[in-house]
Amino acid sequence: MTDVVRPGGVSRRTFIKGVVAAGAVASSAGYLLRTTLVGQGGGASAGAVERLITLNVNGRDRRVDIMPQETLAMTLRYKLGLTGTKIGCDRAECGACTVLLDEVPRYSCSVLTHMARKKRIMTIEGLASADGTLHPIQQGVVEEQGFQCAFCMPGFVMAAVGFLKTHPNPTRDELAHGVSGNLCRCQDYDKILTALSRGAELMRRG
Amino acid sequence: MAAIHDVMPMFALYQPESVDDALRLLDQFGAGAWTMAGGLDTFDWLKDRTKRTEAVVELGNIAELSGIKEVDGGLEIGATTTLTEIAQHPVVRQRFGLLAEAAGLVASPQIRHQGTLGGNVSQDARCWYYRAGWPCYRAGGNICYADTPTAINREHAILHADRCVAVSPSDTAPALVALDASLVIRRLGGERVVAAQDYFVGPGRDITRMTALRPDELLTAIRIPAAWAGAEFYFEKVRDRQVWDFPLVNVASAMKVSGGTIQSLRIVVGAVAATPLRLTAVETAVAGKPRTPETAAMAGRLAVEGAQPLEHNGYKVPLMRNLVARAIRGAGAATT
Repeated sequence: MTDVVRPGGVSRRTFIKGVVAAGAVASSAGYLLRTTLVGQGGGASAGAVERLITLNVNGRDRRVDIMPQETLAMTLRYKLGLTGTKIGCDRAECGACTVLLDEVPRYSCSVLTHMARKKRIMTIEGLASADGTLHPIQQGVVEEQGFQCAFCMPGFVMAAVGFLKTHPNPTRDELAHGVSGNLCRCQDYDKILTALSRGAELMRRG
Repeated sequence: MAAIHDVMPMFALYQPESVDDALRLLDQFGAGAWTMAGGLDTFDWLKDRTKRTEAVVELGNIAELSGIKEVDGGLEIGATTTLTEIAQHPVVRQRFGLLAEAAGLVASPQIRHQGTLGGNVSQDARCWYYRAGWPCYRAGGNICYADTPTAINREHAILHADRCVAVSPSDTAPALVALDASLVIRRLGGERVVAAQDYFVGPGRDITRMTALRPDELLTAIRIPAAWAGAEFYFEKVRDRQVWDFPLVNVASAMKVSGGTIQSLRIVVGAVAATPLRLTAVETAVAGKPRTPETAAMAGRLAVEGAQPLEHNGYKVPLMRNLVARAIRGAGAATT
């Protein structure tokens, strides 16, 4: 297995995106996903999965080559370059990887990519309008400076956007319950709730 | 926390679209198959490399396994119906609020959106020695690491332990036993229906399994009879953190009261034994008694008779005693 050394002076994000853009997915996947290609193709039984599938991500159909055991968070970050989705615990505990599947918040670290076929996947990158106008929740975060290090921010924002689709006018307590599946290592919950509440208010104003 | 590996080891993935196709796959792979619904229990085992599997049979594309139907005044809930759907379903809330409440207190919103009722009642034991891959009784070995002089066993069993001291971690399981639910289990060419309280298996019966489900079988539905619809329900879950966490102790009860007298009761406590523990002695003792604080206190004392706490879980005895008493007093009573 080839070891890949990250070039000095290049950020992790730029590096990941560079790898994806350079079409080096096939060679890097073996490193990033630390696996081999044995056992590919599950035989002829009903329900065996294909390697090449189409995912609908942020309104676009994307063809992607995935492994049976690959999680959606891995695919989004390392195959599609959507590094806004963070991997924190990788155990469905912290919420940093939250994305929307058919408008419902889910932990993408704990969804097999194959389980997301035929669903509309929405990541933090898909929230802003094509002209760059921020989603009201993002605008609320900017206005209230809701996060410290902000590693957890994309997950919180996606959880809030999903929650507000079904609860457009929550109290602060209800909103806290709505994003209770997300953790902030900086313990910045009060400011986060203020920012998300501000965003909810902006959403209601349309 | 276990070491984080990049992904799970390779397995073949199958996403059948019918129960029959799923059963054929389970038959084909035998012990090598791993049935997966929401996957939230599965992924920990595979990511941690504590269990491996050759083939995962993922049930998410089987439409007939999902949904809530009204049948004869009761309900039939497909095994892959999510906990969110159950917690929010108007009929479940109105007539079987006990289950709606239990489902709504499981884990976190994201997990409830994905986790299923069938998965919640079929999840594996949550002993960290077992989950960390130690070769304990439950893993086929000949020692319990959670029951040694130096073991950390704050979350473990106080009742009916038999070599293994792990507990049933489910919130919906006690509710289903209290509602006298039954579980529909299919295999190739056959079906059997098991009472909820017989679905859960203690270590005395089979130390390596938590449920009566055999590897070639699929839990397809959960049936709730009309008998307890609209009864007076009580569910309470105590946990360290008010979100995500598994119960330290939970209690589910269904009670029929007439003129201040308890007519009948089903009461079940979770996370104190390897199965959801139905307290038949309490049920018998309070039937026909006035619903008073004295009756509630008597029920609590009776509930914990014979409890054998380990080094660090003695607190579960008064916790269980008080939760049972609170269930008898009911949600309307002042809590102390």
